[in-house]
Amino acid sequence: MAHTASTSGTPDSSGPDTDTGTGRTGRTHRAGAFDMRNFIAALIGIYGIVLTIYGLIGSSDAQAAKSDNVNINLWAGIGMIVVAAVFAIWARLRPVIVPDEVPADDGRPAGH
Amino acid sequence: MVLAASSQLRLDTNWVDYVLIALYFVFVLGIGLYAKRAVSSSLDFFLSGRSLPAWVTGLAFISANLGAVEIIGMSANGAQFGIPTVHYFWIGAVPAMLFLGVVMMPFYYGSKVRSVPEFMRMRFGTGAHLVNALSFAVAQLLIAGINLYLLAKIVEVILGWNLYISLVAAAVVVLSYTTLGGLSAAIYNEVLQFFVIVAALLPLTIVGLYKVGGYGALKDKIAATAGGSDQLSSWPGTNLTAIDNPVLSVIGLIFGLGFVLSFGYWTTNFVEVQRAMASSSISAAQRAPIIGAFPKMFIPFIVIFPGMIAGVLVGQVAAAKKSGSSSFDYNNSLIYLIRDLLPNGMLGVAIAGLLASFMAGMAANISAFNTVFSYDLWQTYVKKDRPDGYYLAVGRWATVAATLIAIGTALFASHYSNIMNYLQTLFGFFNAPLFATFILGMFWKRMTATAGWTGLVSGTLAAIVVSILGTGVLGSLSTGLWSLSGQGASFTAAGAAFVVDIVVSVAVTMVTQPRVESELRGLVYSLTPKADFHDENEGVLSWYQQPVKLAGVGLVLVIILNILFW
Repeated sequence: MAHTASTSGTPDSSGPDTDTGTGRTGRTHRAGAFDMRNFIAALIGIYGIVLTIYGLIGSSDAQAAKSDNVNINLWAGIGMIVVAAVFAIWARLRPVIVPDEVPADDGRPAGH
Repeated sequence: MVLAASSQLRLDTNWVDYVLIALYFVFVLGIGLYAKRAVSSSLDFFLSGRSLPAWVTGLAFISANLGAVEIIGMSANGAQFGIPTVHYFWIGAVPAMLFLGVVMMPFYYGSKVRSVPEFMRMRFGTGAHLVNALSFAVAQLLIAGINLYLLAKIVEVILGWNLYISLVAAAVVVLSYTTLGGLSAAIYNEVLQFFVIVAALLPLTIVGLYKVGGYGALKDKIAATAGGSDQLSSWPGTNLTAIDNPVLSVIGLIFGLGFVLSFGYWTTNFVEVQRAMASSSISAAQRAPIIGAFPKMFIPFIVIFPGMIAGVLVGQVAAAKKSGSSSFDYNNSLIYLIRDLLPNGMLGVAIAGLLASFMAGMAANISAFNTVFSYDLWQTYVKKDRPDGYYLAVGRWATVAATLIAIGTALFASHYSNIMNYLQTLFGFFNAPLFATFILGMFWKRMTATAGWTGLVSGTLAAIVVSILGTGVLGSLSTGLWSLSGQGASFTAAGAAFVVDIVVSVAVTMVTQPRVESELRGLVYSLTPKADFHDENEGVLSWYQQPVKLAGVGLVLVIILNILFW
């Protein structure tokens, strides 16, 4: 149980999000676009870009006064771009590995 | 929960807002289409093929609960009661989630059942199973309808669309992605929803705090109102519990909310547990609720705080707080704050977040319903031994039927919202004794099948009796014999259900025949070899991937939060 020096050479080196990959044998491929992190990065990223642009070209004074003249669209937009970038980089650095063929006995209940 | 239909709540949307909202729907449907490619068996459809990573199931675990009641209701509580509302999170959710991950999840995942009622059937046979499966299925249809109604209502109020058109449109969207991609589509959308909600509420909170003048200024302004000092410290929370005696209030919070209600809800409710069951390994399944507990601890800051800020910044809410008016509907607080603070652009993100939350709530109910209906009712009692593809088809049709019934329930709710509230309270009573039965059954090998269903039924009846004796809990059905009302009454009802369930279960077990021990492997702690619950990868997991250690960190963190806001 004690896990000493498990950082190198273990199946775990692919990261916390790839439990499916560990302990299975056989050919594997990257999950690609189906990785949820790419969906999150795309939506939040597009939101960030739209908000940043809209914040820069400016809205009416009445709109800006709502938030005490803080350009909330701009700041929130920049924040979202950063978050999106983090997810995109995470997905790039630690891709999900899925087996090409599901192993015959993988501990799943009968009927699968 | 009824939102005011006044035009005061109409949000001043423009084209940018609509573009951002439309983008969200494109992603929702896109995820449904992508998830469909992964569905080739009924287990794929109902349990995502048990293949999802823990962070995904963990976020889905809390997102499924981050629906209308949570966001609108908890911000309303924040506006009305202030800081004590945090108990719903730090006492009423986090400990139970950690307990589910450490203690109960191994039974659910390790026994390879496909639903919580199925565990009931394997442990106690068909009596307890039928009680559990039927009450759960009916409750899900009801709650899905309520979620749908609230969704349509909010679209009507803030965008000015016709109620019936928004009702059908919302139902069609939910139906299309849940029938296409099954649980995976629901779970992926819940994860996406989580981020959209944070993207909407975090900037709202920050700008709100800025406008008030910081947290110190917020505290000063709340302290200046009537009963303001009670609203700034979490204990004893007498304003929240409606129990005047501070000692009883604390006992009520810890045992009523923290133990019976919350453990009943989080550890036995299949809507939640199903998400963890979709994980890829036993340790990932254990981690799912534990990982979920971390964001859950911090959700109060973006849900309750906006409510408190609305109580200071928004004219109507502040006036109601000042006059102590009891008729004011605090449920509108969050929408008022969004209206007053967010310019076009962020406004669109906020509306997308609200719609996301309501839709995901309904999708969670429907995806839990179709699993219980197909596996626990149809496959168990109606058509056994058909090929797997048959049950996949049943699941898809059950989804369609559930959506149609939800539309009907939503229409009913639009006319009789009080009746719906009482029905929801009533179904809450089925949760309270479930935890008692499960925990006894998991740790006491002698407990018999008859004790299983008699405990459940008598516990539920006890809760109903206590509520009828109380004041106003079930409307005119409540006789008011006891002066208990509000939260205090529901704590007492749940507590009674728990105690009666335990007493009846123990008594009935003494006079009935226990099951053969060899049948209970994987279902009862003392009869299950440690290796059965052991993840073969556990030795190579980092400390933060080991459920017990991760839960320990969570527990310490939630205790620190409790002390900070004492």
